[in-house]
Amino acid sequence: MFRNSYDSDNTTFSPQGKLFQVEYALEAVKQGSAAIGLRSKTHAVLLTLKRSTGELATYQKKLIRIDDHVGVAIAGLTSDARVLSNFMRQQAMRSRMTYGRAIPVGRIVQSIADRAQTNTQEYGKRPYGVGFLVIGQDETGPHLYEFSPSGTAFEYYAHSIGARSQSAKTYLETNFASFENATLAELINHGLSALHDTLQQDKHLSLANTSIAIIGPSDGEIEDLNHSSAAKRGNFRVWENDGVNNLLRAWRRSRGENEDGPQEEEDKPKPEAEAETAQSAEGSEQAPPGAPAAGEDVTMEE
Amino acid sequence: MWKQPAPANSSFNDYNTFPLPQTQRGQSSHAHGPVGHTQQPLVTGTSVLGLKFDKGVMIAADNLASYGSLARFRDIQRLHPLGKHTLLGVAGDMSDFQWLKKELDALLREEDALALSDSHPSLSPKNIYELLSNLFYARRSKMNPVWNAVLVGGWDKVKEESFLAYVDLLGTTYTAPTLATGFGAHLAQPLLREAFEAKAGINGDGPLLTQEEAEKVLDDSMKVLFYRDARSINKYQIATITAEGVSISDSKSSDTYWKFAEGLRGYGAQTQ
Repeated sequence: MFRNSYDSDNTTFSPQGKLFQVEYALEAVKQGSAAIGLRSKTHAVLLTLKRSTGELATYQKKLIRIDDHVGVAIAGLTSDARVLSNFMRQQAMRSRMTYGRAIPVGRIVQSIADRAQTNTQEYGKRPYGVGFLVIGQDETGPHLYEFSPSGTAFEYYAHSIGARSQSAKTYLETNFASFENATLAELINHGLSALHDTLQQDKHLSLANTSIAIIGPSDGEIEDLNHSSAAKRGNFRVWENDGVNNLLRAWRRSRGENEDGPQEEEDKPKPEAEAETAQSAEGSEQAPPGAPAAGEDVTMEE
Repeated sequence: MWKQPAPANSSFNDYNTFPLPQTQRGQSSHAHGPVGHTQQPLVTGTSVLGLKFDKGVMIAADNLASYGSLARFRDIQRLHPLGKHTLLGVAGDMSDFQWLKKELDALLREEDALALSDSHPSLSPKNIYELLSNLFYARRSKMNPVWNAVLVGGWDKVKEESFLAYVDLLGTTYTAPTLATGFGAHLAQPLLREAFEAKAGINGDGPLLTQEEAEKVLDDSMKVLFYRDARSINKYQIATITAEGVSISDSKSSDTYWKFAEGLRGYGAQTQ
């Protein structure tokens, strides 16, 4: 029934010095789809690959706003993530109410890490099955942290978690030196390139499966400021669906690819549209920067 | 000064003098015995004055803790620094003040410990003031007030400006470039305002007092308070909070003039 005799109880060490339940929890994080985070001197961004359970299902949200200045990307059990992110929201509000101060990012991450740690030490509990990448900004600037179910919280320049995240990590490790002084657009392009590396051979980044969260001053060239007051203020904002269009196009442009993305074979009737009204078809396809896109401020779905 | 509308069976007389000892009766409804609430201050400190000047803010308070009308403790400090850039000046119940010091010191110690790992700046004067006003209002709402009036003075390192604000046992809050608690609000506040507005104007947009000028105004005001406030003593300290930090002066006294009293019966010891 059990893979080994130290499986049933999370608080008992194996003779090899391992807590198997904790290691299985870390496996749960690897089952989740990839999330990538990176940071410059001015910005912190998260990029995630959303998955849907089937043709008829929506894509599962991976980015959660905690407060104006903090947000997380999740990989692993979504329901565990909800418990932890609700706790983080409480901590953030508590700080604002009692001190009139936005909670320091490192401290809110440490608070969930402490909670996760007790789960690895108390009989009858189980570790959380979810990992977070947390971005935020406070009086000491932008930050990126990883939280893992083992109860650790480390700060990174760039990091990735979730399925096939090793490929992204390889990309980040070779390029991280340029992140510190990168512009927001460059930072996102690096992130998307890293995210692209986690995809299987025949898969591509699309409006449906890509979502991006940003903290730091906005860039009207790639962000639709008309639809996001959070962006105008430099607060945590999520771009997904149509809202991620400009970001994906800018990325493909930077790689010298077709801006519309990889074309499928049946996608031939393009010339017709061009013949019809060259300028209107082109104009609507290549939406200029800041064109209306149905992007939302932030995602507050439970 | 701390007078409440006196109930018929008040153990506290109209002159705010000696609180008569009295066992509390008829309040033992609680399952675990009677709940103790602060219902009157016992050992009290009188006025605290606060004044902004061009490089920061000054807070003054005398060294007396009275037991009713008795000048019981004549060498206590009512100015309490919190971290590098914040200072409390506390009037009212001195045991509540001691409790407040203990709690806030513990909080700041915890903050300092956390800062060791994340180097995040400590709580600003504004943050501490916010906490205090929430605390005072919460406690008065539980019918168990923290029986103090507090001036919070500080230097905001981010905005690079001084901070001065008031909070009291009711959770009342306000801020102004000159502040005073208790009797000081009646006797010293007009003097502080007059001096402040003489330079800065009524909108406060002119130049502020210099450090020397501010200290002079506080010295004069503390003298007036000593002359007219029977719960005061001629021994006080002035705290100065600037970008450089908090510094608290040694205790000092005003030169007072009592010659006029020589010919008056009722002043001092009678010799005839």
